[in-house]
Amino acid sequence: MAMTPYVRTRMLEQKPPPVTSVGPAGWMRRNLFAGPVNSAMTVVTLGVVALLLSHLLPWVFLSVWNADSLAECRQIIDETWGTEHSGACWAVVRERFLQLVYGFYPWDFLWRPNLTFVLMLVALAPVLFTGLPRRMLVFSVLYPFLGAWLLWGGPVWTPLLALAGFGVAALGWRLGGRVNAILAVALAVLLPLLWWILVMGPLGRGLSALLPLGLEPVESNKFGGFMVSVVIGMSAITLSLPLGILLALGRQTDLFIVRSFSVAFIEFIRGVPLITLLFVASTLLNYFMPPGTNFDLIVRVIIMATLFSAAYIAEVVRGGLAALPKGQYEAADSLGLDYWQAQRLIIMPQALKIAIPGIVSTFIGLFKDTTLVSIIGILDPIGLSNAIRADSAWNGIYWELFAFIGFVFFLFCFSMSRYSMYLERKLNTGHR
Amino acid sequence: MTKTVFWGVLAAAGVAAGMVSANTLDDVKARGELICGTNTGLVGFAAPDANGRYEGFDVAWCRAVAAAIFGDPEKIEFKPLTTTNRFTALAAGEVDLVVRNTTWTFTRDVDLKLDFVGVNYYDGQGFMVPKELGVTSARELDGATVCIQKGTTTELNLSDFFRANNISYEPVPIETNAEAQQQYLAGACDVYTTDASGLAATRASFEAPGDHIILPEIVSKEPLGPLVRHGDSDWADLVRWVHNALLAAEELGVTSANIEELSASTENPEIARLLGTEGNLGEMLGLSADWAKNAIKAEGNYGEIFEKYIGEGTPIGLARGLNAQWTEGGLQYAPPFR
Amino acid sequence: MATVSEPPQGGFRLSQLIYDTRYRSMTIQIVTLIGVLSLIYWLGANVAYNLAALGKPIDFTFLWAPANYDINQMLIKYDSQDSHARAALVGLLNTLLVAVLGCVLATVVGVIVGVLRLSSNWLVARVMTVYVEAFRNVPVLLWIVLAMAILIEALPQPRDFRGDDPAASMLFDAVAFTNRGIYLPEPLFTRSLGEVPFFGIFDISLDLLALLAVLAAGMLAVRAIGRRAERIQNATGDRPTTWYLSLGVIALPVLVLLALLGFHLGYPELKGFNFAGGIYLRNSFIALWLALSLYTAAFIAEIVRGGIIAISKGQSEAAAALGLRPNRTMRLVILPQALRVIIPPLISQYLNLTKNSSLAIGVGYMDLTGTLMGTSLNLSGRELECVMLTMLIYLAISLVISGVFNLYNQRVKLKER
Repeated sequence: MAMTPYVRTRMLEQKPPPVTSVGPAGWMRRNLFAGPVNSAMTVVTLGVVALLLSHLLPWVFLSVWNADSLAECRQIIDETWGTEHSGACWAVVRERFLQLVYGFYPWDFLWRPNLTFVLMLVALAPVLFTGLPRRMLVFSVLYPFLGAWLLWGGPVWTPLLALAGFGVAALGWRLGGRVNAILAVALAVLLPLLWWILVMGPLGRGLSALLPLGLEPVESNKFGGFMVSVVIGMSAITLSLPLGILLALGRQTDLFIVRSFSVAFIEFIRGVPLITLLFVASTLLNYFMPPGTNFDLIVRVIIMATLFSAAYIAEVVRGGLAALPKGQYEAADSLGLDYWQAQRLIIMPQALKIAIPGIVSTFIGLFKDTTLVSIIGILDPIGLSNAIRADSAWNGIYWELFAFIGFVFFLFCFSMSRYSMYLERKLNTGHR
Repeated sequence: MTKTVFWGVLAAAGVAAGMVSANTLDDVKARGELICGTNTGLVGFAAPDANGRYEGFDVAWCRAVAAAIFGDPEKIEFKPLTTTNRFTALAAGEVDLVVRNTTWTFTRDVDLKLDFVGVNYYDGQGFMVPKELGVTSARELDGATVCIQKGTTTELNLSDFFRANNISYEPVPIETNAEAQQQYLAGACDVYTTDASGLAATRASFEAPGDHIILPEIVSKEPLGPLVRHGDSDWADLVRWVHNALLAAEELGVTSANIEELSASTENPEIARLLGTEGNLGEMLGLSADWAKNAIKAEGNYGEIFEKYIGEGTPIGLARGLNAQWTEGGLQYAPPFR
Repeated sequence: MATVSEPPQGGFRLSQLIYDTRYRSMTIQIVTLIGVLSLIYWLGANVAYNLAALGKPIDFTFLWAPANYDINQMLIKYDSQDSHARAALVGLLNTLLVAVLGCVLATVVGVIVGVLRLSSNWLVARVMTVYVEAFRNVPVLLWIVLAMAILIEALPQPRDFRGDDPAASMLFDAVAFTNRGIYLPEPLFTRSLGEVPFFGIFDISLDLLALLAVLAAGMLAVRAIGRRAERIQNATGDRPTTWYLSLGVIALPVLVLLALLGFHLGYPELKGFNFAGGIYLRNSFIALWLALSLYTAAFIAEIVRGGIIAISKGQSEAAAALGLRPNRTMRLVILPQALRVIIPPLISQYLNLTKNSSLAIGVGYMDLTGTLMGTSLNLSGRELECVMLTMLIYLAISLVISGVFNLYNQRVKLKER
């Protein structure tokens, strides 16, 4: 008898998935307990996390916020939770909060650093988010002068006249250009230098005498806390961008001498630890200057940090330049653009766009490294924590300050690194 | 481009580029304030309070000098200095004087071209140990782990002491007093050694100060004092005599409380010369006649400053000891004002 | 850039220096050269003038004067009567020690974490992300200081090991974890071969040399065995099993040598204030080592993760299609390609770790910054000499590291046509 092949004519109803593979149970099975090794890892990890949290959470949350000294803190903790409990004494953060953020900046003028910070965000916005109108970049360019004036104070003429130096340079370029190019370059370099060194001081004083507009000067040894970290970090990155781009171009060029100097500078700076450069700033920079030149430690640190980050920025920009297809260079040449035109119109806009994530991570690194200035006696958050502990009321406090400082650094750096990732994703889609 | 931006910022920062001239007093007067180098933070000697105002034993000297020059102890700016940059900052003219618990030694005075103008605190290096160790003399510390503050003369003294007594030790170098304190309390070192004043201050801040003893051996002489740049004797004289004025005031019984009364009606010719009602000592220094009066009024005489910041009434609780007036058996001795 | 100008019609004009591409590059270079040289000259002249005014001319003779201070961790013999130069050498060796060990640990942790971040286990992947973000976004100086504080507070004091009913006890009676550091058993030899001086700078243990020599010979033998196995496989298609031969060739001579030398372990013992004997890893070293490694490992983990993600899936499928087994796929296909992506950033992480080791200053680990740029500087007052020398040494270390790794990078680089 021939077998009739059995063919089902009607689809069966779909069975519901087994309970173990849907819902929370299924999720856990898939993601936490898939196989013995995986389960073991989950259990161990859970154990470690639970152990850490069981120690950390009571310390963080069963803590004292209101006290005037460590002794009072300890007393309150002993009374509230018993002598066995060790809780944090956040009262120190509460009492010294302003100091940890602004250092010794005069309390009456706190709006100045605040405004500077807000304006910094405004100035950064067009650089960081390409969707904004390009006009805003004008403000970004003017911002360093405005920010410096707001922080350090002094007559309003100083930043204006310093800016006018660039106008003088343009004037020199144009006037000299009528005669010949050598004169144009010479005038564009020499005139502004003369302006800044010779004219600016007396003219500024004259204008201030005529129209005394300005802010109360605040000296930079009043700066401290996180403000000093942000000021050093931001100034160094801003100032190092042009220098870094020049160094990157210098490293790429065919000109042997220029290339050698660029490579030597970059490799030297990248080869030594930042702390040695800071030692140079704190102990040696005076030896390198003409006798009597004397500018304060924060400015010296900014100079060294600028040189430091310039070398790193140069490498990042070099990466951006290298990532550009060769066709872009050739296309620029074939259009008859000269070197600087090509750089300005074709190469740099693309290379810098590629380099922005790298620049942001250089900045994160530099911002974290500003904690090193505590070693040379600047009262950044870590330096201040030592100074606070030298106050007899808080002598002996340890973890709370570091925990607070670490937390604030984490907030800053984490949000910046998220931004950098967002940017990378955006750039990646552009290329694929 | 960068250079120009740099100069622009320099200018915007209002940075003063002045010459370190031979005449510090003229510079200070022209500037309108005294710049004093001090510790970044040492309990009792110098530390900023919650408002950023520096307070302490060393700081009082800076204020006295400012008061002597300007008649106003607040015309002063403090620069916190580390052990590494304190001498270069002075040599480069960043500060006018340094009062930063600095030991007067031969090499610093001669080789490093600094001028020490006096001794405001006679100190010596001591050892602190927990009582439970049962140690009574530093000679019993063979094999001990010793916490020591780095980069100071203490490291040298420690090495010499243990070498001379032919016993071994394990040094644990530490950057700041706060860290040393933490390590010592946790038992990461058996012994903490630094200047005896620092030990007392540290012990005073413990929860149970009675559980720790300071051993009787003082292994070094640590005369701490204000110092100025080498090469400006007039300025050194000024700081030296402000220091002497504070000492003499205590010896003569001039305090910040009775100073107005005394300057109006004193019979004692030395007090009169000191306070400027008689003679022209101030003029010789290039200051006003009431220079010493202002200096003493700033924070009081030597004894008052001592009691206010580090004396037995404070948490630090130091006895006068060597720092008592010579009349009381101590070493503090001001030359005569005449 | 490559435009060719017409030969000039008339005579030479000054403006040709700028407009004529034949001269322009020369002009720029000469101007740069003059500028840089005059800058260097200006700085040098200032230094000379300032130092002369201070009466402190540059003078390196202090390096040969007795240092007068003690260093706790020394890999070569040193006491306070030795010179500053020798103290600097001790510091340099300490720097190298923590840098090398730090790179090793950072790589191991970084690779594990990087792989685990891609794990299918949700919890593990999340925890690893938290670790990476926490370490990457907080300054390393804080981590170093915190690591030190945790070691000090969490571990028992040597005192706790004392008494009949001690609060703490040693692990297997051999390892003591104290808040001053970890004491490990040390290898000792009853019939030691002694030591030979190496140019009078330090002594090399002959026992160690002998062990290394035997090990090296063993390695060579293993390679010979491997080549023979290859030949047989080429000829017959069957690869003989060689692992026990290889193991024997390496292990046997070493064991024989150890027995000949009278090898035994020296255990740490509580004596007086501290443990005595054994290998003593100081707190400062452990804290610095752990903090640097964990910090750098967070960056390495990201690099490794990026490297693995960058290899397209087609590669492993192709390898499977060729019949390669999974471990060979990893060794011959995935790894060489991933390494190409991983190595260049890895080099710069190694460099960063080495440079960050200078933060030893925060925990009192006596490295190069602690000796030459720390105590020696403070005791001698020679800032310029000490700082410059320190910078030069770090520069040399960095150049050597990047040189060596770049050579390796050249070898693994994809050969492009």
